[in-house]
Amino acid sequence: MMESTNHSTFEVSNLRVVRNGNEILKSISFRSVPGELIGLLGPSGSGKSTLMRSLLGVQAITGGSARIMNCAAGSRSLRGRLGYMAQSAAVYLDLSVEENIRYFTGVLAQPLSEVARVMDVVALTPYAHRLVSSLSGGERARVSLGVALVGSPPVLILDEPTVGLDPILRRDLWRTFDDLATSGATVIVSSHVMDEAARCARLLLLRDGTLLFDGTPASLLAASKASGYDEAFERLIEGDR
Amino acid sequence: MSLRRTLLTSRRILEQLRHDPRTLALLLIVPTALMGLLAWSLTNEPGAFNSVGPKLLGVFPLIVMFLVTSVITLRERTVGTLERLFTLPLTKADFVGGYAIAFGALALIQSLFVSVLSYTWYGLAHQGVPWRISLVALCAGLLGTAFGLALSAVAHTEFQAVQFMPAFILPQLLLCGLVIPVSQLPPVLRGIADVLPMTAAVHAITPMQSNQYYLGQFAIMFAYVFAALVVGAGTLRRVTK
Repeated sequence: MMESTNHSTFEVSNLRVVRNGNEILKSISFRSVPGELIGLLGPSGSGKSTLMRSLLGVQAITGGSARIMNCAAGSRSLRGRLGYMAQSAAVYLDLSVEENIRYFTGVLAQPLSEVARVMDVVALTPYAHRLVSSLSGGERARVSLGVALVGSPPVLILDEPTVGLDPILRRDLWRTFDDLATSGATVIVSSHVMDEAARCARLLLLRDGTLLFDGTPASLLAASKASGYDEAFERLIEGDR
Repeated sequence: MSLRRTLLTSRRILEQLRHDPRTLALLLIVPTALMGLLAWSLTNEPGAFNSVGPKLLGVFPLIVMFLVTSVITLRERTVGTLERLFTLPLTKADFVGGYAIAFGALALIQSLFVSVLSYTWYGLAHQGVPWRISLVALCAGLLGTAFGLALSAVAHTEFQAVQFMPAFILPQLLLCGLVIPVSQLPPVLRGIADVLPMTAAVHAITPMQSNQYYLGQFAIMFAYVFAALVVGAGTLRRVTK
């Protein structure tokens, strides 16, 4: 049983999700504090997106509980306090970059100065008037990330934000996530690329809906006696069998 | 419900359409061209255009708005923008209201466009109160929007959404009095036709009827708009199972 504190960002306890008769998440429990940069890693189909959607409150929970900033996931009071980037770029392709960010800025009742700030953070100012449909996959992902950053929410839930990006851009985005965590936001970033583990302060490794590991990257390597993160993950799976 | 968020949503939808000239052409130019074609084809039938023409002014907005709304709303559901919006402080009423206002305004512009050309260039004889045609077109546009919103919930692809048109619109087109006067239909079909929304739109344009008759037709249309918007809002799910 996890100890409850008033300072937790996420408080997930025995979370279960069953969809169409399949158990997608099996009794997941973890807790986080503000300012953490958490990597949610695991292969495709391990339940990362379902866990993120459960935290957002858009996925029905079968058992257990998920609380964010002391509110049940999906509570009305959480709407607008969680920045979310879905795996697919959930933005309007037939709007320009600026129009997309302006719309979400308006819905969140933020000042219009947010539009320029956010475009600057995701390095899309030169593309402000380009239609999203004319952008590359990586640029669309940045628009989607920009929307998640509107209003500087205290919690960011980012589903595979670095997929398909070039190494330089990926490095810059991880720096951005690190800066956001340093400024006090809790950032949870999913990825199926184990190499990204080194960039996180804390790792949650997921496989087949089960949380295999919860700790720092250094403790993962130490516990598995592996030289790399892929190898460490393989040893964890073997140990779990 | 927030008027500000509703209007922001309407503005966003109109901006999307502004970037999509083909859809704008479908909304504004195609009905006008079809009306012109009808006027031209009935040149040798004196009085025929005066009989059929006004009825089409009530039919076009319903068909076109149904088609456009069902596809655009389905896109919102499938690309993830709707799920993202529902993590923000945007209510279902804001969303549905935004669509109703945006497409209602377009229906009004469409009706003005078609009716001005019909009464001038195409030579349609003016009968009854001119503003009533715009009001009917507005209601018909809202009907199309509301039904499009509701039916987009049962379609999984844009192709399926388009397939609803022959299933949902064509029977109404056959029974609304455009092909055969409703009074000449078999009793069972007449009973059905009398309460169909497209029949009400066509009846509301029929000249020289009592105010009570027109009020009855508008009441039928508004009841359908309200019911379809409620059903449409009910099909929007914040949480998926």
